[in-house]
Amino acid sequence: MSGAVAIFAVGNRSRGDDAVGPLLLDRLRVWLDDRGLSGDFELFEEYQLQVENALDLEGRRLALFIDACRETTEPVTFGPVGATALGVGHSTHSLSPGAVLGVYPRVTGEAPPAAFVLGIRAAQFDLGSEPAQATSDAMEAAWALLCSLCRCPSHAEWQTMATIARTPRTQIA
Amino acid sequence: MTYGLETAEHPEQLRRVAIDPVSRVEGHGKVTILLDDDDKVRQVRLHVVEFRGFERFIQGRPYWEVPVMVQRLCGICPVSHHLAASKAMDAIVGTKRLTPTAEKVRRLMHYGQILQSHALHFFHLCSPDLLFGFASEVAKRNIVGVAAAHPETARRGVLLRRFGQEVIRVTAGKRIHGTGSIPGGVNKSVTREERDVLLADIYDMVAWSRDAVALVKQLHGQDPALYNSFGVFRSGMMSLVAPDGALDFYDGSLRARDESGAILFDHVNYREYASYIREEVKPWSYMKFPFLSSLGAEKGWYKVGPLARVQNCDHIASPLADAERREFVDYAGGSPIHAPLAYHWTRMIEMLHAAETIKDLLHDDDIMGDDLVSTGEHAREGIGVIEAPRGTLIHHYRVNDDDLVTMCNLIVSTTHNNQAMNEAIRHVAKRYLSGHRLTEGLLNHIEVAIRAFDPCLSCATHALGQMALELTLVGADGVELDQLARHGDGTVSRSPP
Repeated sequence: MSGAVAIFAVGNRSRGDDAVGPLLLDRLRVWLDDRGLSGDFELFEEYQLQVENALDLEGRRLALFIDACRETTEPVTFGPVGATALGVGHSTHSLSPGAVLGVYPRVTGEAPPAAFVLGIRAAQFDLGSEPAQATSDAMEAAWALLCSLCRCPSHAEWQTMATIARTPRTQIA
Repeated sequence: MTYGLETAEHPEQLRRVAIDPVSRVEGHGKVTILLDDDDKVRQVRLHVVEFRGFERFIQGRPYWEVPVMVQRLCGICPVSHHLAASKAMDAIVGTKRLTPTAEKVRRLMHYGQILQSHALHFFHLCSPDLLFGFASEVAKRNIVGVAAAHPETARRGVLLRRFGQEVIRVTAGKRIHGTGSIPGGVNKSVTREERDVLLADIYDMVAWSRDAVALVKQLHGQDPALYNSFGVFRSGMMSLVAPDGALDFYDGSLRARDESGAILFDHVNYREYASYIREEVKPWSYMKFPFLSSLGAEKGWYKVGPLARVQNCDHIASPLADAERREFVDYAGGSPIHAPLAYHWTRMIEMLHAAETIKDLLHDDDIMGDDLVSTGEHAREGIGVIEAPRGTLIHHYRVNDDDLVTMCNLIVSTTHNNQAMNEAIRHVAKRYLSGHRLTEGLLNHIEVAIRAFDPCLSCATHALGQMALELTLVGADGVELDQLARHGDGTVSRSPP
């Protein structure tokens, strides 16, 4: 294990908008290297989150989950996530970020690190397709936010950014 | 026999219940149940409503890319596709026999995949149902609930899964998008340091796998009436077996038995699969229905996967797993066991075998060798078959003079089990749903039957914020009567129409 901050990008590069997380991770890897920040982070690319990802959280100060998000009206969402239970469907093996956090204390006996989710609005997941233009645009907005997060990787700073992200644009203006 | 429940005589006069997981996570399966005015079940279907389209996706690609590309098909068993495609491409590059290092590294990768997949399925997906009951509180019926009530079981499940993933990482190069297996062999062997790290943990994995078999046996023993009868139907079964009839996940020849256990064909070269297996298309599902050609579509369907493999083989080469296999076979007094819940028992026997085999391979210095690839005269067609965690997986390719793929045909494990899963849910629906008011707990009985087969319907896509389950009740006049949704956090809500 290296890096106090774990960043998970979840998605399949061959399924349209599902690729946004891994594509952001590619850019982030270069960006961190260029700035000599790689040692502070560990980056994980996953098709889907699974139970063993709880073990990837051991010894971390912060965790960030980047994923395509279907049920949102905003192009980019960012906010904290806590441990949750997960009802499994009859054919799914995947966990939500909250469920991974929920597994963590059961395995380690300790509280999970503070965690946040960066969601990028997505709509189409056809095998072999490229991300849609609207999703690519949202990804650019997410990239700017991601860089800000990585410049200030602290719980307090991320909490503040989450508050700003949740504030309606009319109030910001 | 519930074949009659496939298509009701007057479906327009029946009420419709749909179990529709909106999630695209692994599949886009949907169960529809048609009820008459007395709430009697008249039609039950498991549909797959997404067109996979993978065969077209791979056309035009150079053959050497295929073992890596196919992993994009499935986030659950990418290694299975990686290896099945590699075996097919071995034929394309003219490999008659892999080097000992290549074959053993591939086997190590594959048995790591079996171990992690079976651990995930049992501890994460099924143990909540089995430990708490099919109609238990929804919020408790998940891995976190298991962890709270059975912390050591949950911890071992996670660590078994993690160990299998480490075996994959060491042999394939990465946890996902591995490139370890290539046409004609492998591109890396195992270093001594990697081997020693895995050896340090493998004895725990064997012991825990043995305990998992004991746990599932205990569950069967506590309620044999349920475990032996839930969703039971009779069918043939098919799998690969080794030349000496042993269980083998990586290679072998095809063997099929009928519902009474009599052998239908044996030691069939899997390259001749098309002469023995055909696929039927039904208008209500994108997933095809394979059957044995000699028996026809109505009688020739069969099941694959752990329950078929453990009963189809003559023995298991590792001693602890073979002792468990013998106990399982003796449990039914020599007749085949067809109970879907017995899939869990056999799955744990297979996990034990995988752990024992990994231990043996880690002690074999061939996995650290440097003779990695063998090739010969190129061919234009290749067929690769392996036993994936869920059952027999067939990859079939043709390439042109430019080495580009012109034809791809895949028959995946879940497709082999298509009719079997439909039969299981028809039995369960008839037994538990007919004449009862529908509840989430009753509907979970349907899911329990499907989960026993560990289906993987499409896979490898993921998105936040979707419901895991949606149930809609529609009257004979088409008006929506009720809607029940189970959300990603395990809560259930009812929306009035």
